[in-house]
Amino acid sequence: MSAAAPSLTFLALCLPFLAALVAPALTRRMGHNAVWILALAPALAFIHFLGFLPAVADGGAITGGYAWVPSFRVSFSWLIDGLSLTFALLITGIGTLIVLYSGGYLKDDAHLGRFLSFMFMFMGAMLGLVVSDGFLMLFVFWELTSITSFLLIGFDHTREASRRAAIQALVVTGTGGLALLAGLIVIWNITGVTQLSELIGLGDVLRESPFYLMALVLVLGGAFTKSAQFPFHFWLPNAMEAPTPVSAYLHSATMVKAGIYLLMRLNPVLGDTAAWTTILPVFGGVTLLVGTFLAIRQTDLKQMLAYTTVSSLGLLVMLTGFGSDHAIAAAVLYLVAHSMFKGCLFMVAGLIDHGTGSRDITRLGGLRAAMPITFAAAMAAAFSMGGLPPFFGFLGKEEIYEALWHADTWSLAFVAVAVIGNGLMFVIGFAVAIKPFFGPVRETPLHAHEGPALMWIGPAVLALGGLVAALVSPVTHRFVSSPMASAVHGAPELVTISLIPHIGAPLLLSLITIVFAVAVYLGLDRARRFADRSLRAIGWGPDRGFDQFMSGLVRGSRRITGVMQPGRLDIYMGVTFVFIALALLVPMAVYDEWPARPVWPEDAAFHELTIMAIAFIGLLAVIYARDRLTAIVSLGIQGFAVALIFMLFGAPDLSFTQFMVETLSVVILALVMTRLRLTAADHRPTGQKLIDFSIALACGTGFMLYLLAVTQQPFRPYLSEFFEAYSKVIAHGGNIVNVIIVDFRGTDTLGEIAVVMITGLAILSLIRVRASRPDQPIVDNDPDSEPTPTGAWRKGRKLGEGA
Amino acid sequence: MRTVIFRTVAPYLTSLMVLFSIFVLLRGHNEPGGGFIGGLIAASAFAIYGIACGVAPVRRAIHFHPMAIAAFGLFLSGMAGVLSIFVSRSYMSGLWTSVHFFGNWIDLSTVLIFDIGVYLVVVGAITSIALALEERDRD
Repeated sequence: MSAAAPSLTFLALCLPFLAALVAPALTRRMGHNAVWILALAPALAFIHFLGFLPAVADGGAITGGYAWVPSFRVSFSWLIDGLSLTFALLITGIGTLIVLYSGGYLKDDAHLGRFLSFMFMFMGAMLGLVVSDGFLMLFVFWELTSITSFLLIGFDHTREASRRAAIQALVVTGTGGLALLAGLIVIWNITGVTQLSELIGLGDVLRESPFYLMALVLVLGGAFTKSAQFPFHFWLPNAMEAPTPVSAYLHSATMVKAGIYLLMRLNPVLGDTAAWTTILPVFGGVTLLVGTFLAIRQTDLKQMLAYTTVSSLGLLVMLTGFGSDHAIAAAVLYLVAHSMFKGCLFMVAGLIDHGTGSRDITRLGGLRAAMPITFAAAMAAAFSMGGLPPFFGFLGKEEIYEALWHADTWSLAFVAVAVIGNGLMFVIGFAVAIKPFFGPVRETPLHAHEGPALMWIGPAVLALGGLVAALVSPVTHRFVSSPMASAVHGAPELVTISLIPHIGAPLLLSLITIVFAVAVYLGLDRARRFADRSLRAIGWGPDRGFDQFMSGLVRGSRRITGVMQPGRLDIYMGVTFVFIALALLVPMAVYDEWPARPVWPEDAAFHELTIMAIAFIGLLAVIYARDRLTAIVSLGIQGFAVALIFMLFGAPDLSFTQFMVETLSVVILALVMTRLRLTAADHRPTGQKLIDFSIALACGTGFMLYLLAVTQQPFRPYLSEFFEAYSKVIAHGGNIVNVIIVDFRGTDTLGEIAVVMITGLAILSLIRVRASRPDQPIVDNDPDSEPTPTGAWRKGRKLGEGA
Repeated sequence: MRTVIFRTVAPYLTSLMVLFSIFVLLRGHNEPGGGFIGGLIAASAFAIYGIACGVAPVRRAIHFHPMAIAAFGLFLSGMAGVLSIFVSRSYMSGLWTSVHFFGNWIDLSTVLIFDIGVYLVVVGAITSIALALEERDRD
């Protein structure tokens, strides 16, 4: 590996983000043809990652990166082994095709630039996710894929269904992401490592930890939501509200496989325990069955494909859970095959939609002649999906049966699940590839025509890829399957399966699958009605549950807000001060830490006593003041007296600030008073006054006792000595207070001035809320100035509205 | 409040106070003072001017929206800390230099820039609150 390689990899990781930056401008200038240039970004990254193939095929793993927060051993670093390299190649390779496809699909969309920008952001996030070595980097990219997926699903944001689907996807996958973060932190705490490359070499450390189950459940929370496992599967079919390129790329080929990636990545350290080999196959198997069952019911091409994606993901989780050599090889083969045929089929669905204006399988037919390339691609993908030779899906399916076939009830149950699932996916695959293309020609909203080259390149390349990868299977295995399986297994593994079928149980199971599938296919309409009826009978599903959960959340927070924030200032103030008093007095009472009785200072000078007296008189004046303005000014007198005391005891900065704060408080309080138009005098009922009096007294006593207790402690001059010694030497400043504010604790100050700024904005908007009421226009307080024209304008508008 | 004396004196008083606030800001590192106190002085100066002569003249005089001044101050303070990164020191390390100016050596530093940012945030935030309050509802 040359010295330039690390930075080149970094560049390859940045390329999609750079493309996201320039996409809008380029699209504005060149229209949809900009995709020819933009597609270079993922293509170059693809070529870069191809360069790693020989090294990785020889069992190597490439790591590199930069320190991020070295004190926590957090880094921006990547790990490229068989697993992440295969994913990176799928992401960049399919990404290139999808970018081209998007150019054709959204040719006339005014927001194509924005769409491509989101798409590239997602690509960058997904690429970063699969090559991440650091835990935190993995999490950041993981969440970034959720966010970009949210943006893409909600791309057509004027439709309510899009917005709902987008929020649903974000809530489900985002919550899962938080679980993943917690899981990664637990793993970090157990093992003390922050890098995946170090983690996977650790062996049994995690499995033997008492916190293993906790880590496992949290990680599964992340993986299962992202990869749409039952019962979190509902967001994925809804995500089909997104434009078709998004469905093809995010929601079948790449993003939804992030959960699978995570499980495969952690298999060497988390896998092969009773919990792992039970939870994963069971959830995966249920997902497989539920997905295919729901898919049968659909008539919309994209919905059918979406539900089979759910079931394929279930199948992958199931296989990963088994964890045997063959199961892992099967998962690897099926994952690669699925990315290609499902991406292809989604693009075919988009082509049909684009060419005819309909996606409803019951209204399409006879498109074979009008759309020959689409038809060919669809057939090839369906062959792969159905697991027929000579396509790559065949290798995957044979290996699945090889892996599952053992003569015990546990295995046999899963064999049955796999046969049913595979059979139904076979049905859906061919339904998508045959129904629209054969039979009599149907009337469609648009006159049926083949899509432009931009749109058929993608499906054609993926369909061919599924064929070529199978024909040259020894090469595919050497460079892709075996390194990836080794990485998942944590030990070298050789995948050898070839296109030549060998007589045995797997072949028999394949035949059973095909017979079963053909039977269902012939009775597809009846099967659809049956599925529809039974789902109607159940009535409730997780999708509706999500709505109930969300509206419950809103209702609950509204109720809590109603209790916590009734909107009456006197209640807020009362509660706040009662709690301050309790916080001060209760600990002293509980721990019996009352201060000793203060001694009257014999040596108090006359002027000091005078100032104390002024402060005291100021307070009395506040209490006995007849109107509010007098009370406010009297409070100012007391504050000035305190400032003088600070001055006398050698704190000029503090005193200075106190003077200014007191002045401004008086000014602002007086202004607020005139503005709120409060009555001049205080007219609380006597009972209320007594309550307020006791709260004030308790608070004041609490502070007094607390300060007495603090000052009676021996003074520790450690900090003063430090700052006295160093403020001139290190920070070149004679005023210790200022040096602390702007230099030693500068970052604190930065936070504080940000708070000042935000408070200012908040107060300003509060004042404006009142001022912006149309019947109360704001004017300058200058009596000489003319009334502003805004008032007249507002009146005019009101008149206009009334007319 | 709006006596002739107050209205006549207010502009001079305000100018003097603003000048003094800058003086306090600049001496802050070695003598009592600093950005926070200076900002408070300037803010009260503008508040007084507003009470005496109305809000419009104050807004004209400071030209920018006070919140924009505060935002610029926050930006300035944040950036003052960034400068040290370019000389491979950690964020917020103070950088110092001396400039010869009319026969005197003047110490300049990123810390001073930071303090100016603090000053602007305080002036901007408090002035905008005070001015918004002084604009009362028309009766």
